Amino acid sequence: MNTLAATRLVAAREVRAKLRDRTFLLSTLIFLLIAAAATTLPSLLSGGPSTVAATPAVSAELRAAGLEVREVPDDAAAERAVRDGDTDAAVVAGPTVLAREEAPADVVAALSVEPPVRLLNPTPAEPPGAALVPFIFAFVFLLTSQTFGVQIAQSIIEEKQTRIVEILVAAVSVRALLLGKMIAGTLLALGQIALVALVAVVGLRLFGDSELLNLLGPAIGWFLPYFLLGFVLIAALWAAAGALVSRLEDIGTVAMPVQLVVMIPFFGVIFLSDNAFAMQVLSYVPFSAPTAMPLRLFTGDAAGWEPPLSLALLLVTALAVLAAGARVYEGSLLRTNGNTSLRTAWRERETVD
Amino acid sequence: MTGFVGGNGAGKTTTMRIILGVLAADAGQVTWRGAPLTRAVRRRFGYMPEERGLYPKMAVREQLIYLARLHGMTAPAAARNTDTLLERVGLADRGNDLLEKLSLGNQQRAQIVAALVPDPEVLVLDEPFSGLDPLAVDTVVDVLKERAAAGVPVLFSSHQLDVVERLCDDLVIISAGTIRAAGSRTQLRATHTAPRYELVVENDAGWLRDHPGVTLVELEGARAVFELPRGADEQPVLHAALARGPVREFRPVVPSLAEIFREVAL
Repeated sequence: MNTLAATRLVAAREVRAKLRDRTFLLSTLIFLLIAAAATTLPSLLSGGPSTVAATPAVSAELRAAGLEVREVPDDAAAERAVRDGDTDAAVVAGPTVLAREEAPADVVAALSVEPPVRLLNPTPAEPPGAALVPFIFAFVFLLTSQTFGVQIAQSIIEEKQTRIVEILVAAVSVRALLLGKMIAGTLLALGQIALVALVAVVGLRLFGDSELLNLLGPAIGWFLPYFLLGFVLIAALWAAAGALVSRLEDIGTVAMPVQLVVMIPFFGVIFLSDNAFAMQVLSYVPFSAPTAMPLRLFTGDAAGWEPPLSLALLLVTALAVLAAGARVYEGSLLRTNGNTSLRTAWRERETVD
Repeated sequence: MTGFVGGNGAGKTTTMRIILGVLAADAGQVTWRGAPLTRAVRRRFGYMPEERGLYPKMAVREQLIYLARLHGMTAPAAARNTDTLLERVGLADRGNDLLEKLSLGNQQRAQIVAALVPDPEVLVLDEPFSGLDPLAVDTVVDVLKERAAAGVPVLFSSHQLDVVERLCDDLVIISAGTIRAAGSRTQLRATHTAPRYELVVENDAGWLRDHPGVTLVELEGARAVFELPRGADEQPVLHAALARGPVREFRPVVPSLAEIFREVAL
């Protein structure tokens, strides 16, 4: 059996264990509910077009504008309908629009004449909420990589704490063990996101505006490779962090630096998103590239050659951290009594191939 | 079957970890059939570490199959072996329980199955009997003897010298990281202890103290245990005893492993 087969076995076990974990299933369910609610509730709550009371003289015109019209015999009846709350608005002679507290925009628009407009330098119209899209992606990335990263670290610590690691490393290489865990984490993370995305897309298609959906398509295309490599990078960091401690209670001591390395670039991107130069720099720094570059692509600031270059940088860094993580993992795996300092772990690779 | 004995901190566990490649050796090399051990060969070793460990939140049968497969077995073979062995150690009906639901003794049985399940070519067991009740010890002893009879070398360490004595063909005694003695049981006895005899006479055996060549080990009225220099004839002592009166008992004393151990390790 080679490393590949061993890696596959390890990954399969991790996935199976996770799919049986109630916490994991519950959190997935909650994400799905949030996605469903976020995409369907706004249009369900907005309540559709206004109802208008009007005399037969104007009702046809209002109906043509897509409003819900209730025909009344005269203007007095129309006013009464508004006062009683039977309709949102009424149109009386003039024409004058009657409403209770606020001018009903759709009724006013139906009766107004818009002057012709000629744009000399048109920009594509953005549906409402479009500016939020890259930030939603960034947030999903942050949340997922942190959640699954911690779980990879926990799984490593658990094997050290229960001492089964000794049987495992006697049978398979440390690298296969580490790689298997990371592959399982990546698959689960992608699977969870794909499910959430599916629910969101179905929700948007059924209830929301499809314009936003069309905009999401290409954005997701770029988000995916960044997500994948960025996730590997952060997973490798977590794996190394997990290898440094031997008890689950001690995870906090190593979690802090990893969290900072992930959070600081994220907030950097959020706060500097208006600064073109800072964003350009951040879109190459491997830790912020997964959030910064898709954002620049989304707003159209990045040239075509930029994403491949930054992806390549990200890939190299991810592989380097992976190799370093494996080394630290090897060096500290069997120091089950107490925590290992990074330096000791680096120097003392105790296991042999 | 080889017993591996030594005091606390003598280096038994470290040695076994090095054999299994869990630790790297500071110096020296582990060889198997004349060639340095590689991971491919090591994968066919069965190992029971001193610090027990299996997945607490995984079903017993499932994790044993997983471990067998990590050692290169196919899924059906792994399942077959797991079921046979679980039956053998009396855990057949607990296979689908989570490991943590089992009592410590039963977890220990599962741990032994974990070492045996990949049909290993070599078994390395660190303290396989600690934590087992006498009945379980018997079961495990039977299984190990079976494997040994089938040609699988078994190396195991133990503090329970009586078990080692009952089981082992060969012995390795280590102390402070170095091998103090190694060989078959009889050979070790012959080389590491002086010939010892027990004599029971009618009255007082105190005269033995002054008999040439005799070193008294124990003296209790009419009963005495003594040693003679290696190669010395014991018959003159018997004659001397008979000359003083009736002799009720005169026999060679086979030293126990504990005595050899004390002799060699200290």
